[in-house]
Amino acid sequence: MGILRGKLLPPALAILFSALLCGIALVVSGANPARAFGAMVSQVGQGTTLVDIINSTGTYYIAALAVAIGFQMNLFNIGVEGQYRVAAVVAAVFGGSVVLPPGLHALAIIVVAALVGAAWAAIPAILKVTRGVNEVISTIMMNGLALGLAAYLIGDDVFGELRGNNIRTPEIAESGWVPGISLGSSGTIFGLVFLAALLGIGYWVMMNRTRFGFELRASGESATAAAAGGVNAKKMVLIAMLLSGAIAGLVSMPEILGRDHTYNLNFPAGIGFSGIAIALLGRNHPGGIAFGALLWAFLDKSGLALDNVGVPREIVTIMQGSIVLSVVVAYEVVRRVELTAQQRRVGRELEAAS
Amino acid sequence: MSTTTPAVVLSGITKRFPGVVANSDVHLTVRAGEVHALCGENGAGKSTLMKILYGMQHPDEGTIEVNGRQVRFRTPADAIKAGIGMVHQHFMLADNLTVQENVVLGAESLHGIGGKARKRIQELAKATGLTVDPGVLVERLGVADRQRVEILKVLYRGAKVIILDEPTAVLVPQEVDELFATLRSMQRQGFTFLFISHKLDEVRAIADSVTVIRRGTTVGTADPKAVSSRQLAEMMVGSELPSPETRESTVTDRVVLRVENLGLVAEEGTRPVLDRIDLVVRAGEVVGIAGVEGNGQTELVETIMGIRKAHHGRVLLGDRDLTKLGTLARREAGIGYVPEDRHRQGLLLEQPLWANRVLGHQTREPVSRGQWLDLDGAKRDTRRIVEEFDVRTPGIDVAAAALSGGNQQKLVVGRELSGAPSLLIASHPTRGVDVGAQALIWDAIKRARAAGLAVLLISADLDELIGLSDTIKVMLRGRLVADADPGTVTPEDLGSAMTGAGATSDAVHEAAQEVEGER
Repeated sequence: MGILRGKLLPPALAILFSALLCGIALVVSGANPARAFGAMVSQVGQGTTLVDIINSTGTYYIAALAVAIGFQMNLFNIGVEGQYRVAAVVAAVFGGSVVLPPGLHALAIIVVAALVGAAWAAIPAILKVTRGVNEVISTIMMNGLALGLAAYLIGDDVFGELRGNNIRTPEIAESGWVPGISLGSSGTIFGLVFLAALLGIGYWVMMNRTRFGFELRASGESATAAAAGGVNAKKMVLIAMLLSGAIAGLVSMPEILGRDHTYNLNFPAGIGFSGIAIALLGRNHPGGIAFGALLWAFLDKSGLALDNVGVPREIVTIMQGSIVLSVVVAYEVVRRVELTAQQRRVGRELEAAS
Repeated sequence: MSTTTPAVVLSGITKRFPGVVANSDVHLTVRAGEVHALCGENGAGKSTLMKILYGMQHPDEGTIEVNGRQVRFRTPADAIKAGIGMVHQHFMLADNLTVQENVVLGAESLHGIGGKARKRIQELAKATGLTVDPGVLVERLGVADRQRVEILKVLYRGAKVIILDEPTAVLVPQEVDELFATLRSMQRQGFTFLFISHKLDEVRAIADSVTVIRRGTTVGTADPKAVSSRQLAEMMVGSELPSPETRESTVTDRVVLRVENLGLVAEEGTRPVLDRIDLVVRAGEVVGIAGVEGNGQTELVETIMGIRKAHHGRVLLGDRDLTKLGTLARREAGIGYVPEDRHRQGLLLEQPLWANRVLGHQTREPVSRGQWLDLDGAKRDTRRIVEEFDVRTPGIDVAAAALSGGNQQKLVVGRELSGAPSLLIASHPTRGVDVGAQALIWDAIKRARAAGLAVLLISADLDELIGLSDTIKVMLRGRLVADADPGTVTPEDLGSAMTGAGATSDAVHEAAQEVEGER
């Protein structure tokens, strides 16, 4: 009862608060907030919006899981953005240049993506463990490198080819595609959205049932207690970072294997950063992250409708920002209140017992 | 003296407070110009009461009178204005500022920050005997000097009633005597002291009257000259007293821990923090390490635990060389570890009790199986500890932070004695816990020792050290400089050995040859 309230109340309050904030922003800019929100909600039923939201949720979910693993031990992997990009290029190039039996082909591409993501994350991890380089700085720098590397790799004299006015990697043969669930004119749900769900379950099991998950949580809650308890901090940094990178590597898989079959210039950017916000929003909990990813995808996709009612789409960005900010504040407040409430309860129960 | 107005009168103070401790209907009368001791076990509500008097907490019921006038403090600033000052147990000084800057900090409006302020500080220092050079950096000062600065700070702000929160906890016996001499001379000048302590001998030595507080309420006020320590203690505890004394020796000749030539160099330089430490602990033996805090005890323990990397030397457990192993492997080899700071190193405060049972044992049954946690096993074994060690908790799913300090420590000790360790390293195992928990922890250590456990005990509580240990070693500046026989040594002897004043009794033997080698 109380526990559930503690978990659900803060995000609900935060969303309400940020909706209010955006409403005020809309009124100030001369628009009608009710009309704007109405347009966003009714957009969900239009065309492929619903399916787009689901697909986008899957992508965001993977990115946010990648971030959350680091967050569990206060490791800020800002580099998900770069990790998924490099992984996407390399996996697309790999997938386009080999032909394997159906199923195996797709699996091989996914494994390559995970390995490349992990490898890209390994650099900041090793720098941190051996030289104490702050991972925030190194991963941000790796993001810059990733952008450049990806642009170089798809150059038409390297691995890429020119198609119309787009540059892309060679198309992956059909054996490497992952079929989706077609809903006719409403669009097609990517098959790998289910990979996201599986990752979420795996993440929960890891955090709650395995030694590694325990050590990760312990490191995050108290580095000193973890050290005294025999948790090797360096090893944890290394493994957490590699794992985070591997999952980050999978971010683009639903799209590449489900629709694009190639990496091209229209490749989506910024998912890694959204993942940070969503992980914060979901408090690193697989359920919370799923909800956060859904909310994010909804705001993204139905925000397109705002143009129709003459409201700048950027209001969505304001809303996303204010949600994250207020969620973080709300959780911290609730956490403290709950802790003192528990202390009080324990005191009371002991008093009654004695 | 009873005709004059009391300096402070607290009546009917009640504070309902989140957590285990509350004040209920507390009455306390402090006469002007006396040293009034407030006694009670940890968690009895002394600190809460003092925080109320100092304006840091607000009473739900009851009144405060200062010099006969009823007052209501919203913040410590109000209390300071009324002439009440507090010297906290943990010093609140900025290391990188000078004494003068520390004293003046926050009270700049009184005498500025320049020459006038300096003159005022020197006047105060001269009048009270709290001599410190105002120009010296606080980081250069020892503990006793820092305490003087803290007292100067409250005097500078015009305090006439001074609350001293466990002022002797950080001092060695000789420094305690000096402090008491200062207090007496200040008392003659009209200052009033509220002296919080649970060290009864000290209370009897300094106080003119003593009020005992138990379970949040005042039990009574007594004349310390007329009651014995034992009577006082029984007022505090409300029952029979525990004693750390161990009876017959259970020391065997089987060596469990052997430390050879252990050395550690400070991170920031070449200063040795541990200098050629040789140490042997046998099965059934408690080896106590005495020393003023900061002389390498923490480092010694953490190096044996593998949390710090030794510069040279070896650590052996039985026949196994642990020198190259990490902390986890050392724990698996059979070392239990009660760290000195349970909040920082012993517990995951926001995790449930059963998750705390797992910490440090995450590779061993019954809390894990291979790479998987065994939640049922962990919970079952946590229940066992709760029962065996009398951890007062409504359940094992509450967060560790919800328990009182004594119960947290019982949980830690219970955990560290789980899994049949061959060596227990206990750093200040009863620091900041109530008398009941203390007795239980002592008992647990004694029982484990009788069953053949080797124990390395580090403690600042000299009575505990003398009572529990079979052998005492004195640590000074990273070295083991002397051995003491717990059968005959007194806390005063140990105190002088700890400060490097040299052996003053036959019970302390300086550790031969290499002591005064090079320095």
